[in-house]
Amino acid sequence: MSTTHTQAHGHAHDDHGPARGFKRWLTTTNHKDIGTMYLVFSLVMFLLGGAMALVIRAELFMPGMQLVDPGFFNTMTTVHALIMVFGAVMPATVGLANWMIPLQIGAPDMALPRMNNFSFWLLVAAFSLLILSLFMPGGGPAAGWTLYPPLVLQTGDALPLAIFAIHLAGASSIMGAINIIVTIMNLRAPGMTLLKMPLFVWTWLITAYLLIAVMPVFAGAVTMLLTDHFFGTTFFAAAGGGDPVLYQHIFWFFGHPEVYIMILPAFGIVSEIIPTFSRKPLFGYDAMVYATASIAFLSFIVWAHHMFTVGMPLAGEMFFMLSTMLIAVPTGVKVFNWTATMWRGSLSFETPMLFALAFLFLFTIGGFSGLMMAIAPVDFQYHDTYFIVAHFHYVLVPGAVFAIMAGVYYWLPKWTGHMYDEKLSKIHFWASAIFVNVLFFPQHFLGLAGMPRRIPDYSTQFADWNMVSSIGAFGFGLSQLLFVYVIWKCARGGRNVSAEVWDDARVHGLEWTVASPAPYHTFDEAPVVK
Amino acid sequence: MKMVKRAFSAVPALLLGASPAMAAWSDINLRVGVTELSREIYGLHMLILWVCVAIAVAVFSVMIYSIATFRKSKGAVAATFDHNTKAEVIWTVIPVVILVAMAVPAAKTLVKIDDARGSELTIKVTGYQWKWQYEYVDHGVSFFSTLARSSDEARQLDSGIDPGSVEHYLLEVDNPLVVPQGRKVRVLITANDVIHAWWVPDFGMKKDAIPGYINEMWFRADEPGTYRGQCAELCGRDHGFMPVVVEVKPQAEFDAWLEAQKSARQAAASPAAQTAQSGNQIETVAALRVANAE
Repeated sequence: MSTTHTQAHGHAHDDHGPARGFKRWLTTTNHKDIGTMYLVFSLVMFLLGGAMALVIRAELFMPGMQLVDPGFFNTMTTVHALIMVFGAVMPATVGLANWMIPLQIGAPDMALPRMNNFSFWLLVAAFSLLILSLFMPGGGPAAGWTLYPPLVLQTGDALPLAIFAIHLAGASSIMGAINIIVTIMNLRAPGMTLLKMPLFVWTWLITAYLLIAVMPVFAGAVTMLLTDHFFGTTFFAAAGGGDPVLYQHIFWFFGHPEVYIMILPAFGIVSEIIPTFSRKPLFGYDAMVYATASIAFLSFIVWAHHMFTVGMPLAGEMFFMLSTMLIAVPTGVKVFNWTATMWRGSLSFETPMLFALAFLFLFTIGGFSGLMMAIAPVDFQYHDTYFIVAHFHYVLVPGAVFAIMAGVYYWLPKWTGHMYDEKLSKIHFWASAIFVNVLFFPQHFLGLAGMPRRIPDYSTQFADWNMVSSIGAFGFGLSQLLFVYVIWKCARGGRNVSAEVWDDARVHGLEWTVASPAPYHTFDEAPVVK
Repeated sequence: MKMVKRAFSAVPALLLGASPAMAAWSDINLRVGVTELSREIYGLHMLILWVCVAIAVAVFSVMIYSIATFRKSKGAVAATFDHNTKAEVIWTVIPVVILVAMAVPAAKTLVKIDDARGSELTIKVTGYQWKWQYEYVDHGVSFFSTLARSSDEARQLDSGIDPGSVEHYLLEVDNPLVVPQGRKVRVLITANDVIHAWWVPDFGMKKDAIPGYINEMWFRADEPGTYRGQCAELCGRDHGFMPVVVEVKPQAEFDAWLEAQKSARQAAASPAAQTAQSGNQIETVAALRVANAE
């Protein structure tokens, strides 16, 4: 009797679906709606941050100042980074988590649905403030995304807006993280033990703990900036007994785990996709989980490698050099395991797999340059040059962003019930993969040859490679419009797909056992995992 | 418009790889430099670079082989294995061994960099928005060093001046720092407003200039010449326009230069001396910080 009732209930929901219009999105507590909103938000921010990157690359196209004032150039580098980190990459992975974690663990929704809604809309408020700060007297924030004092204290009226934006985005992240942890800990389907969870769930669980650990630290750091600026404290002012380097220590204690907050979910996505298209289980599942946990642990004890030139004692430099080099071990394990997953598999090269493979190669290149700069004496040369810019863009763009795109192509048919346009998506892939290298590879050369980062104009010896890099930037930027079109087209229609979507995907995760498109409510009754 | 035209005419040359400058190794790699430290750092850089290249060749070969061989379209049937303890132990241990082998020479160089004892000349460098002040602390000589006028005119928005026509565009100053060849020079680095970083790539080192701190580094330049670098820490609007230029002269020439500076300064009560007076307060705070730290 009760079974019949449940089924009828479920059907009723499938039929009438959510409320219509703007109110649906404003008040929704459905993990799929909120996931979609996060993803759309991050795509908008990706395009906005990308437009700012193009302002930067246009000014750097050739020597001399042609387009913008140097102050506005600094605003662009600063806000580009803040938007890409907190507005594009992080919300994209949160959006994927919202959509996929309940589907992957067999839960009906996130554990705290109202807080889920609140954390999304806080993010909108945060970025409205940040964008508003661009129009304040004195110009937008221009001290770099790291907001180092004393320079950041020279910001005009934009400073409080940017800091409140960070507070709100941080609060949003913490709520999202709590929600993810509670969901994973409490709502797993019967039989799904921790070591049976999909890797994407595992990496997000660990990421969520990192977020809770470090976002308050960052909030504290920027609050001290606020009181230094407005209330006469001197936390970071040497003249009042404070210490500008203290800020850097606090910032990077947040900032280094932050880079893993961006990359660990990407590891998870790639760990889902490579097995599916290799038609083989993930190699070394346990090792992958332990490697992720090791990376997360190490991320707390390496922060000062961002500060080798501040004048630390020798012992400090030695410690942070050695601890940083250690990260290569678990990261290497991950790369080797992905490779071993492909070994003797039966590979096919749909768009998600192409992006995952590009990730594998190009993230590894970013890993190598990371290892190079772990060597402290050499980092004295690399530090604050374009070599660093090349490194972190390799791990973030063909790293995190490609993994997110891989995830979007992988799960888009599940979300919409349609296959995306395969031809256009492959054009999008090849254009992105080629231009991203044209864009960022020459920046290694520029940095080694001595070009500092964050400069709006440069000596003529750097002209050639800057021009190549700018051409790559415009090619990469334009390619992303195609991405938007492919998603739009897929949402509107296309070939209908089965529940499994990909060959035998059923064995790779619970999400492939529900219909495509995934009904508005899934797993009203928990599935049983063997 | 002229700029745009020039830009477009350069594009085909770039695409063809015809630009002769691109062929130069020094344009895409770290400089060897002219100090013992810079040469050691260059050696470490090349060592870790080749280690990375070797690992990359090995790992990427396996990936490419897998992609080429184990294709469904070629009828490959997937194996079912999902772990191999022996392989996993091997590829955990080998990286550890490589890292230890890397860490030893790196640590040695780090110790050497840290050792500023036995210096023969001390220069205090102070960063300002947006210029450098150089003080020969034992000789009472001090002056400011700012971007050369020719570069400053050309770098204005839409100046109409082709940067290519300016010699050492953005890397030329009015008063370069002058140091003796072959002497261990200790540099004390601080700042008076925001954080800057003093960097000469050919000397192998950069160090942050931080208000309230006095940082220390040293170099011994083996060859006379002019060496150019830039501020390397974002310091505001004109961060890109405060180059560092150092002239290394043989000892005799250096001595003559220093004497000329001294007598010029005695002749006129220089404005620079007054600036140094008003800077005293901050120096006291800075000195206290260092004392506390030790």
